[in-house]
Amino acid sequence: MGWTIMNIKNYVRFEFSSIAENVGLARSCVAAFASQLDCTLDEIEEIKLVVSEAVSNCIIHAYDNRANQKVEIMVSIQDDRTLDLIIKDYGKGIVDIEKALEPAYSTDGSRMGMGFTFMKSFMDEMEVISKPGEGTSVQMRRSFLVRDQEAYA
Amino acid sequence: MNLDYKLVRNTLVVKVKGELDMVIAERVRDEIDNRITENQIKNLILNLEKVTFIDSSGLGLIIGRYKKINSLNGKMYIVGARPTVEKILFFSGINKLVPIYRTEQDIINI
Ligand SMILES: Nc1ncnc2c1ncn2[C@@H]1O[C@H](COP(=O)(O)OP(=O)(O)OP(=O)(O)O)[C@@H](O)[C@H]1O
Ligand SMILES: [Mg+2]
Repeated sequence: MGWTIMNIKNYVRFEFSSIAENVGLARSCVAAFASQLDCTLDEIEEIKLVVSEAVSNCIIHAYDNRANQKVEIMVSIQDDRTLDLIIKDYGKGIVDIEKALEPAYSTDGSRMGMGFTFMKSFMDEMEVISKPGEGTSVQMRRSFLVRDQEAYA
Repeated sequence: MNLDYKLVRNTLVVKVKGELDMVIAERVRDEIDNRITENQIKNLILNLEKVTFIDSSGLGLIIGRYKKINSLNGKMYIVGARPTVEKILFFSGINKLVPIYRTEQDIINI
């Protein structure tokens, strides 16, 4: 996956403080950007969900709910149908990534451990890069049908 | 505030409004838990009619209240979830623990 500006058709990059109120803002921003992809309302809802999951994880886990820490989002469109999403924090990192990705695994007893499962299920690809003490970057990609063309195919 | 309450004997009916993410989930959790203790609530009906979005924090809220109500030997139900919200509830399997109905009336009729 990765972030190569050369082939990008359009992109938005933003950062914000690690407070819960910004989760909704991040969701709406990415959804607004993704709407140029001609995807369905259901698909937009799924994009909102994965953004919400990744950003909530930064605030809750990476920064233990501490404010004034940095969350970064990069969202881009490679061609007419592919959305790339990178959500990055500089928090505590994940020691055992494989374990963290297991459905129903959570280090917080009051949570369901569904976040990564949603991200994996609603995106085509998901990759987690993390280093304890340095932070975590979650990269996701999803392609959408170009409906006009495929309707006549 | 993002919620409405109604008390029907020992059943608390809570109507949540807005996007049920970590912001709202935290507020709603504290409010519900306080009311459960103050009013000796046994059963809980969560009305999601006005909820336009839910993520895993919202699901965590539901599971947590389910465990609490269960420990009080009460019953918990969800009503009014719109299709996009219902999809997430089913995906998570929460419907196997907390039955989902269309309306509050449907629960009374069973
Ligand atoms: N950005 C992050 N930084 C540090 N740890 C993380 C991060 N994201 C996830 N984790 C770890 O991975 C685990 C699994 O994450 P996941 O989102 O699947 O579940 P959860 O957040 O615990 O629960 P839920 O998403 O259902 O509220 C977390 O419990 C946490 O330990
Ligand atoms: Mg999570």
